[in-house]
Formats: sequence, C-alpha cells, structure tokens
Amino acid sequence: MMGFQVVVLWSDMLIWLLVAAGIGVGVLVAKTPPLLAAWRRVGANRVGMASATVLLAFIAIGLLDSLHFRLQLDGKPGQKASYAIEVLSVLDVLAAPLRLRNEKTYSEPFATRLYAKETIDLPGGETLRDYPRLKHGGRHLGEREGEVAADAGMTAFRVGVLALLGWLALATAVSALVGRGDTVAVDASGWQKIWRGENAFAWNAVLLTLGLMLLIVVPLFWLAGQYHVFGTDKVGQDVLYQVLKSVRTGLIIGLVTTLVMLPMAVLLGIVAGYFRGWIDDMIQYIYTVLNSIPGVLLIAAAVLMMQVVIDTHPQWFSTAAERADLRLLALCFILGITSWTGLCRLLRGETLKLRELEYIQAAQAFGVSSWRIVVRHILPNLMHIVIIALVMDFSGLVLAEAVLSYVGIGVDPTMISFGTMINSARMELGREPVVWWSLAAAFTTMFILVLAANLFADAVRDAFDPRAA
Amino acid sequence: MLEVTKLRLGFAAGKKMLVAVDGISFAISKGETFALLGESGCGKSATAQGIMRLLPAAGRITGGSIKLEGGELLTLAEADMRQVRGARIAMIFQEPATSLNPVLTVGVQIGEVLDRHCDLRGEPARQRMLELLRQVGIADPERRLDEYPFQFSGGMKQRVMIAIALAGEPDLLIADEPTTALDVTVQAQILDLLAQLQRERGMGMLLITHDLGVVAKMAHRIGVMYAGELVEVADREEFFTRPQHPYTQALFAALPEVSRRGMALTTIPGQVPSLAAMPAGCRFADRCAHVMPVCRESAPDWRSVAASHALRCYWSGGATATADNTPRIGLGHLIPEMAPFLDVVDLKVHFPIRRGILQRTVGQVLAVDGVSLAISAGRTLALVGESGCGKTTVGKALLQLVNTTSGSVRLGGSELVGMQGKRLRAARRHMQMVFQDPFASLNPRLRVGEIIAEGMSALGLESDGATRGRAVAALLKQVGLPDEAAGRYPHEFSGGQRQRIAIARALAVQPELLICDEPTSALDVSVQAQILNLLKKLQEELGVAYLFITHNFAVVEYLANDVAVMYLGRIVERGSAQEVLRSPKHPYTQALLSAVPVPRLDAPSAAIRLPGETPSPANPPAGCHFHPRCPQAMDVCRQRYPESTGVSATHTVNCYLVG
Repeated sequence: MMGFQVVVLWSDMLIWLLVAAGIGVGVLVAKTPPLLAAWRRVGANRVGMASATVLLAFIAIGLLDSLHFRLQLDGKPGQKASYAIEVLSVLDVLAAPLRLRNEKTYSEPFATRLYAKETIDLPGGETLRDYPRLKHGGRHLGEREGEVAADAGMTAFRVGVLALLGWLALATAVSALVGRGDTVAVDASGWQKIWRGENAFAWNAVLLTLGLMLLIVVPLFWLAGQYHVFGTDKVGQDVLYQVLKSVRTGLIIGLVTTLVMLPMAVLLGIVAGYFRGWIDDMIQYIYTVLNSIPGVLLIAAAVLMMQVVIDTHPQWFSTAAERADLRLLALCFILGITSWTGLCRLLRGETLKLRELEYIQAAQAFGVSSWRIVVRHILPNLMHIVIIALVMDFSGLVLAEAVLSYVGIGVDPTMISFGTMINSARMELGREPVVWWSLAAAFTTMFILVLAANLFADAVRDAFDPRAA
Repeated sequence: MLEVTKLRLGFAAGKKMLVAVDGISFAISKGETFALLGESGCGKSATAQGIMRLLPAAGRITGGSIKLEGGELLTLAEADMRQVRGARIAMIFQEPATSLNPVLTVGVQIGEVLDRHCDLRGEPARQRMLELLRQVGIADPERRLDEYPFQFSGGMKQRVMIAIALAGEPDLLIADEPTTALDVTVQAQILDLLAQLQRERGMGMLLITHDLGVVAKMAHRIGVMYAGELVEVADREEFFTRPQHPYTQALFAALPEVSRRGMALTTIPGQVPSLAAMPAGCRFADRCAHVMPVCRESAPDWRSVAASHALRCYWSGGATATADNTPRIGLGHLIPEMAPFLDVVDLKVHFPIRRGILQRTVGQVLAVDGVSLAISAGRTLALVGESGCGKTTVGKALLQLVNTTSGSVRLGGSELVGMQGKRLRAARRHMQMVFQDPFASLNPRLRVGEIIAEGMSALGLESDGATRGRAVAALLKQVGLPDEAAGRYPHEFSGGQRQRIAIARALAVQPELLICDEPTSALDVSVQAQILNLLKKLQEELGVAYLFITHNFAVVEYLANDVAVMYLGRIVERGSAQEVLRSPKHPYTQALLSAVPVPRLDAPSAAIRLPGETPSPANPPAGCHFHPRCPQAMDVCRQRYPESTGVSATHTVNCYLVG
C-alpha cells in the first residue's frame, strides 16, 4: 500500500463548502413544506429532471476531480517520507490509462497512426517517411490496422448490450421501489406507472436520460482503453482526458465567479432601485464607469498584477498545482468583479418598478423595516431574473475564460480548461489537413453542459413561480 | 347589417379546448347600438375579437357564422379580411394610453388607415385628417396632427383613436369599454361624441361594457352575456323597465344607490365559472336565487316575453324586488358625531420637479395644496374627484407614506407630520390603507397567511406564532374567507376575494381608520356589492372609520356620511352626503354629478358638459383652479382663489357664486 498525503486546494475547499451548503439547503427545504412543494414541482418536470441527470454527471466528474493528494515516493525506511511533486486527483487515478498513454503528437480519433509524417529508421539503416504507428491507440490490433471500424463497432455493440442490461437492472430496481412506494393503485405495476408518467417524480425522464447516457458513455470509455476516441493533441495527450479535466475548471469558473458577482449585483441593484436618491446615483456612477472601461483591459491589468505577486512569492506554493489553483481563483474573482454590472442594472430597473407596487406600500404603511421589505417582498419577486441571468452568465463566463486564455491572461497554462483546449485548437484550424477534434470535443461538452444548466434553470424558475404552478 | 349566428370560439390549452363563447347569436342593423353587457370573463371581448378575426394565438373559432351585409367573414382569406378591418369594421379599445404607438405622430397613425383603405396620400390625406380631427372635437388640428401621443391627455387620445377608427369610414364600430379608463366628465364627452358620430353616419355600433349607466345612455338594444352565452336580449325600454333574467335583475340590484342606503346590497354569490369547469344545464344555476332542479339538468332555450325581448331562463316569476327582504345594516350616522378623531389642517404635498445634471429644482407639482379634513370615529368620509386631482396622495400623506410639505395631521391628539421611527410605527397601528388594485396589492410570492400576519409582526402584535395563526383565522372568517385560504397564494383567488384579503391585512392591526383608495373600481358590479356590504358590516361591528377615496358617485351615495370634493389639489366643497349630493353648490360638483351616467331610463339628459380636462397640477391656473372649465366663470375667479364660504354648519364651498 502506497502512502499518500491529502492536498486541499483553495478551490477544493470552496467546492466542498458549496456541496455542504447544498446539503444544508436540502435539509432546510425538507423541513419547510412550501419549499418542498416547489422542489417537488421541479421533480415532476420531465425536461428539468432529464437535464438534472446530465448536470449531476458533470458535477460527479467535477467532484471526483476535486479530491487531491500527493503520492508517497519510495524511500528508505526510517527516512522522513517524501511525496511526489505532482498533485493527483481521484479522477486522475480513475482515468490513469487515459492520462498516461500519451502519443508523440496529434492523432485523429480512432487512429492507429500519427497525424504527421515522420522519418522512421528502418532496420536496414534506411529511412522511410511515413505516418508512424501510435504507441497505444489500436495497439491490440497488431497488423490488422484496416479493421478498426469493425473492431470498434463490435466492441461498442457488445459493451452497449452490457450497458443496456445494466440499465434494465437499474430500471427494474427503480420500478420495484416506485411500485412499493404506494399501495393504492394495484392495477398498475411500478413499471407501467413510470412509463405513463403517473408518478410525482419524473422517473421516466430520468431513466430515459440515464439509459441514453449509459449507451453512449460506457462504450466510449470501454473503447477509450484501446483507442484515443477523441484523438490526441499537439503533445500527444488524450483529448477525452482533457475534456474530463476541463469540466472541473469550467464548473469552478462558472460557480465561484457567480458567487463573487451575485451578492454584489443583487445587493447593489436592489439598494439602488429601492432607496433611490444619492445611493442610486453613486451605484449608477460606479457601474457606468466600470462598464465604460474595456473589460478585457481591466481583467488583463488585474491578472498581470496578480501574476507578478505570484511570481515574486514562490515560497507560498509547495506545488505547481497550488499556484495554478490560486491563479484560477483570482481569475474568478476578477471576472466576478467586472461582470456584475449587467445584472445589477437589470435588477435596479425591476426594483424601480416593484417599489411602486401597492403591496410594497402596504408593507410601508405597516412600518415594516426597509430591509425586511427588500428581503420579503422585493428579492423573491426578482429571483426569476436572477436565475435566468445566472445561467446566461455561466455560459458567458466559460467562454470568457477561453477568450482570456487566448490573450494569455486566462488560467495557468498547466491547467486544462475548455479555454486552453479551444485556444490550442485554434492554432491548428488553419492547418491543412485541419485538426478539428480538440475543438469539436470541447464544443460538444460545453454545449451539453450549458444546455443542461439552461433547461434545469428554466424548470426551477417555473416551479418557484406560484402563478405558474 | 351584422349578423352573428351561433358563434362559438375557444382557446386551446394543451390538448383541451376551453370554450369562451358558446353559440351566441345577435344582429346589428344600420344606425343601431347593440350593447353587450356582462361581468369580466364572460366572453365579451373575445366576441369582439372573433368578429374582427383578431383572436390571440391560442384562440380558435370553432363554429357559427358572422355575416356583414350578407357576406360571410369567417371564410374570407386573411388578405381579404384586411380589407374588412378598418374599412368596414373598426374598433376602439379600452386603454387609450396603450392603443396608440408612442413613437409615431398622430398624423402618421391616422394616415396609415387612409393610405390602406382610402388610397389617400399627401395633401388630400392631410385635409382628410384635419377634417377627422375636427369631427372628433380636437381643437387646433393643424398643430395637433404633428404631435406625438404623449402630448395628448387620456380623453384626447381616445378621441384620436376614434378618429383613426372613423378614417376608413366603417359601417360598424366596435367599442370595447371605450370609456372605462376615463373620468366621468371626459366619459360624458366621449359618449356624446360617439352618439353624435353614429347619428351623423348611420353606423352600427357594438358597444361592450360592464356599466349599466353607459348602457342606459347609449344602447338601443342590449344583450346580457354570462359565461360565454347570451342570456337575455331586449331593447332599451324593455330592459330597464322589465329585466327578466335573474342575472340581469341581480346586476341591477347590486348597484349601490342612495335609495339603498342602510340596506345590504344584493350580491350574486360566488363568481363566474371558469372556462375549464362550465356547469351543465343553465350556467347561472349555481349563483341564481330562483334556481330550480330543471336548471341543473338542461340549458334553457330562448323564450320570448315581448316583441323585442327574449331570454334563456326557466324561471318565469315576476320581477319581485329581491332587495326588499334584505336586512338593514347600521349606518355611520347612527353613531353620534364626536370630536374629530382625525384632523387634517392645511395639508400640502408638493413634489419637486428636478432637471439638469445637478438636479436643481425647477418647479413644484402641487399634488395636494392645502387640504383640510376631519373624520370622527365610526363615520365615513368620501373624498371624491377625478384622476390626477391628488386624492390618492392625500391618503398616502395621511399615512406618512409620502413626505408632507406643510400642514398638520393630528390623529387622536398627536401630530403625525414629522414623527419619526418608533412613535410613527406606533401611530400607524391606528390607520391602515386598502388599495385600488387587488392584483398589485398582494405580494404574489407570499401566502395569504403570511400577508395578513405581516402587519402584526411589523407592529409587534401577537408575537407568538400560535396566537398569530388564530388571529389570522379569525380575520379570514371576518372577511368571509375559508380558514384554509391562509395556506394558499394570492393568484388562486379572484379579484373580490383578493380585495377581502387586502381588507383583512389592514384590519389585522385593529386600526380605527381605514383609508380605502378606490377599493372597488377594479371589480365587477356584483363583487363590488359584496365588498361594500363587507365594509359596512365591519364598520358596524368594529366601529372603524373610513376615508373613502373614489370617483364613483353611486358608491358615495350609498356609503358616505360626509363628502369632500377635490379639484386639482384642493377641496372645493365639503359637507354631509345629503347636502353635497342633493344640493351641490360648486359648479364642479354640479358638473360631476350630472356627468355620471345613471342606469335608468329617466336619466336627466340635460347634463352640464365640462369642456377640456383637468389642468396639470405643476402649473395650476391663476385664481380659482376651476375657472378655465367653469361655465359660470366671472372676472374675479381669474384673479384670486375663493375663500371657503359656509352654506350651513357642515357645508362649505370655495366659490364666489355662493355667499
């Protein structure tokens, strides 16, 4: 058994704190009947639950990637234990085959040879310019290089059947659970009820999504053991591995930035709209000024300054991962501080409208304090805007990271993110023949992530609007 | 001319079809006004939209026929239908503020119709536009033509809307609640204008309204709609002398009137059934006072009671006055008049107009400009006036919701103006407000129980949760709502029920004075009656005084002990209800009273018509504020504002004509 040392990065701490907060909110919701009823409505929404299933898969990847540790190095007994300089996560261990089986440079998805010609030394002292065989991709085929499609198709089919069987087992378990859940309807088994969508929770949507996901993901990962299913990048790293690692970066940029920006936007927007007067003037001046400075410039200046601080204090960081992590967090803060103005402006306008409504005046007539009015009467009536704006911003932020990486002020170059993936892919789009797979993989994953977040947010918003229920 | 037969239309909701209008038939001949009367949600507007084939996206016409001079409209292609709209059938809408495009000049908007339907462009079109504006009574049309809608007042906008409707020289004019959003004096002007234009052009008119007064003034024949069906059709004479259908009778009985003072108004229990849950049989059965078993089994057929009078009802009993056996409800005047409990002296609320980068004050809106009032415990004071006269601001200033500029508000001996913090909060216990719009006055995201308990918690009453829950239940019972209402959200209630919730919220802190700001103006007649009855009952039980802010004279006559008439920030006449309403002295009060459409045949036709509209309170006329519109203005009126003159001990008037 190899020893290891747990490493807690700042962003890990934030992520697990968020998870803890989520569980706390869950407990609170379970104890408050009206909130519980609202979440039940989310649970009954088919689209919402399907997207929640997809989101959960992404979150699971992100969480697995947020448990970091350093392996113990072999040392003489009695000597003080020393640890590897490389910080690994649980995901890295699970995806070890993907992580370690590097090629020399680009290779296409399911390729058996590199994408670039090289001079190969033949045994007879002669040289040959050809596409060399990959070290790992399709090695099991040996000489039968032409049979990639047949082999991959066959494997995918066999594993797909396996996945289907697994899904059936899962579905049976769920339907048994549902069937046992209520004893009123004897005529319909749990399975039938799920099929007809007669239960309060949208099990049919969840199961269907899960089935689809299993059918795609299980064969994909199975094949990933034999091929580079998404190809490899310039330094020969597996693109599928990069995609998996990017999920955490994307989630952190989306979530932490939101956490920074949200309180500021909501608080300042409501305060400006509700109290008017000089407070309103001041807040308006601040965001107008902030808005009129080109955002990229502001971010660039802040990031470069921070880079100097990081570079002059190497003693703060024991590993490169910690340095990259701090840079990521700092980027989130900077993005947060520069991106609150849009939402703030929106909320100010809506608050201006709400404060003239009669129920606010009725509360004022009772002498309800201003803060209580804001919390009880104004904030809940703004939530639909906040939720929509958040999801919109989420995708915007992931993209902003890509743009910043392009300018060279994004995340640390050693950190894998959608931004760095897109950025490195950009260089190769002009190449002939084109290297398309990095971009396509990053694009597809981001698309699924953002779409799922959008649909889920819609479901939540609808469920919390008492008028729509 | 227009013949609608068995028109059925509905709204698609998912896979279901909600039938909004179910087989109605009527005809309108040239020069005739047919009024569709009914409460909200009865399908009146849907009928009008169906005739124009302008139903919203979910709307479908599922059957019947609409013939305009013999030509079927429902089978016309959309392109041909566009030839009908505007040219042969024109429509005017309820809300003049939103029916004109704010970024186009009035001339462009009229010109659009002329271009489309009359092929008029350039100079001839302009001449025609000027003529049209003159016809609808807009002075100085040459200048007005190039102005934007925001430069027009509400009544003027409605005139422009009428001009646009007339531009295509239609045979039929559909007027959908054309005066509901307007003040009574302006309403009188617009109704006169419509009647005159109709006479001149021999147009047919389909008038959609909920106001029996407007019907009495305008309609030749009347169709009463209920839950998507016509239930009674009669000509004017028959309708007002012998209404037969129980629903029609109930509508009449629900009207507040001076003759019903001291009595409970007849109400129609319940509400219009929702489209999704239409009862089989007669749709009114559940709310009908004369319901018979047969009513619930099958829908009654048309039956004729006179040449021009038909109805759908099994019940053929005479028009027994149902109001006779209603219990008497005690009135405020039974309570001896005591020292004023609320005393307002020379209250002024001025809003500064700020301009420029430094927000310098460049003028003042004199919203309330020296108002004095007094209310004794348990009595009702009605504050009457047209929109923009500052009556709502008075209510808010009393509650200290807006800053008063000067003057004094004494409540039970303590001065409220300038009171701060804790003491103000304590004082607010004694005074609460019920707002006009029951849809805007309840937070949609709080449950009813929370809404009602808010005042108690803010003022620190009933701090313990269980007692507060009991108090909420008691309040709900008091305003006639079931206990379980506390756990539901406001959107699950109808307008009337919401207003009950708003009243319960105000009563939660046991105030001695309730400021009711037009509490019934957003409600249907039958629901208005329920709320008025409730307010009376509460006054009797709790001895609470009301300051009733309204523009509805019928309500004033029915409810108030004292009346104060307000014009442009000042009270022009004050006195007991009897004095002010029976022998008004101020020309403004006289004009207001005569402009109110009365739902009777014998309505006095020689009404005093006020020219123009209320001037802006930012720039009130010199001298008496009313002189530019006053038919009896004298020189002295233009120079100084008249002092108040006492007519009797309680009756004072600010006018040179008196004294």
